[in-house]
Amino acid sequence: MRETGVYLRLISASLRSQLQYRASLVMLTLGHLVITASEMVAIWALFARFGSLRGWRLEEVALCYGLVNVAFAAGEMFGRGFDVFDRLIRSGQFDRYLLRPRSLAVQVLGLEMRLSRIGRMAQGLAVLAWAMASLPDGPNFWQVLLAGWAIAGGLALFVGLFAAQATVAFFSPQSLEVANAFTYGGNEAAQYPMSIYADWFGKFFTFVIPLACVTYYPALTILGRTDAIWPWFAPLAGVVFLIGGLAAWQWGVRRYRSTGS
Amino acid sequence: MRAERGIFAARFRALLQYRAAAIAGLFTQAFWGGIRMMIFIAFYASTDQPMPMTLEQTISYVWLGQAFLLLFPFRADPDIVAMIRDGSVAFELLRPRGLWRLWYARALATRIAPVLLRCVPMLIFATATGWIQWAGPAGILAGLSALLLAAAISAALSVLMSVTLFWTISGEGINTMMVSAMFLLSGMIVPLPLMPEPLASIVAVLPFRAMGDVPFRLLTGVMPAGAVFGEWIFQLAWLAGLIVLGRLLLAMGLRRLVVQGG
Repeated sequence: MRETGVYLRLISASLRSQLQYRASLVMLTLGHLVITASEMVAIWALFARFGSLRGWRLEEVALCYGLVNVAFAAGEMFGRGFDVFDRLIRSGQFDRYLLRPRSLAVQVLGLEMRLSRIGRMAQGLAVLAWAMASLPDGPNFWQVLLAGWAIAGGLALFVGLFAAQATVAFFSPQSLEVANAFTYGGNEAAQYPMSIYADWFGKFFTFVIPLACVTYYPALTILGRTDAIWPWFAPLAGVVFLIGGLAAWQWGVRRYRSTGS
Repeated sequence: MRAERGIFAARFRALLQYRAAAIAGLFTQAFWGGIRMMIFIAFYASTDQPMPMTLEQTISYVWLGQAFLLLFPFRADPDIVAMIRDGSVAFELLRPRGLWRLWYARALATRIAPVLLRCVPMLIFATATGWIQWAGPAGILAGLSALLLAAAISAALSVLMSVTLFWTISGEGINTMMVSAMFLLSGMIVPLPLMPEPLASIVAVLPFRAMGDVPFRLLTGVMPAGAVFGEWIFQLAWLAGLIVLGRLLLAMGLRRLVVQGG
């Protein structure tokens, strides 16, 4: 429980420091709102032009969009420490963390909680609410519950991805942009139903990086496109991925050698 | 002009050093381009209506967008941001050259060098796979001329973004908004010929399409090569407009600038 206290204290320090630059924070939050809004405008524009997407309507795609964007925004908010971990290594700051008698993961995650991502999250939530309200009989309790569970799984998955990306920093400080393909690229891809992509692509995002398990499969159940029970268990894959990502990172920590002063 | 040329050359050579980053970026962009391509294939398969551009042209357009992605000013020049924040912009003012011209030369190099590094392998890759289908020689020539003007416009816009920092020291917010609007309005997310009304008429007059959409349409043959003359006028008008606006804002910013001594 002591670690929770440490985490909360670090996060509250981070929040207070961000609130010192209020104008900048508001602008940045609005900026993220506009970014994600422009992606939704693009989806709307394509539907206005093409009518439908392989049998999916705009409201249905909006559900996928909402789920993944809320999860990604939460992942960026809480996983920020892993996202910028390469800077900790390069600046030698990580060595200081090693000296402190507290969990390393907690220290890294406590580095910053990015308030500005509330912009993306608000926009994702708005789209998600609209998509849920457009469900044939309005959303029932189970549909809302599954959406929440899917987002929790998605949050775990994205933090796991950031942790995996941070692991790369132990070996090469340079090639981090490659990981962006799976974080930002994954977020981009999961905004649309996985079934529209090539077969191998859907398999990749199911079995290697289980993004479809936390967005597409739960969405199928919420939309009533399947009666199966297993999509309820799919978001667990996100949790498993997080455990794997953290384990990889811990393994990286063990073989980490500082460059010295 | 000699000083400006020197600044351009020095910045250009410095930026050509980041080759590993370029390779990593290539992979990310190929992945990204692949996603966009599959999305458009799915959309085209869902309709039998005639579209303003064919699927082949759309795919070419998407990959050209990836090849020339770095032409867009993603953010204000970080060095200038740092200078304005810590006050060393005062040194820049001591130089016997107009500040705008110095910054423009920097911006031009910052835009062009990474694009050259990135676009050559990307274009070879996407042409070899058959994803980019080029217009005829006239279209390519017209497209290249439009690309040059696009680089000039993009540099003018990036100076403008830097200058706004005189007002908002942490320019991240404005820049993030600017960039996302820019991508949507220049055709990087949805090719502009596919935009429905009323968006289509709005983007038609804004400067952003001069940076991406115009050269891409010419290069893919969505727009006949002969249309380039009208587009030149559009591009030159916006270039002039952005330069005047940038210089004006810079003059205003400098007038209210107070650099602390010490």
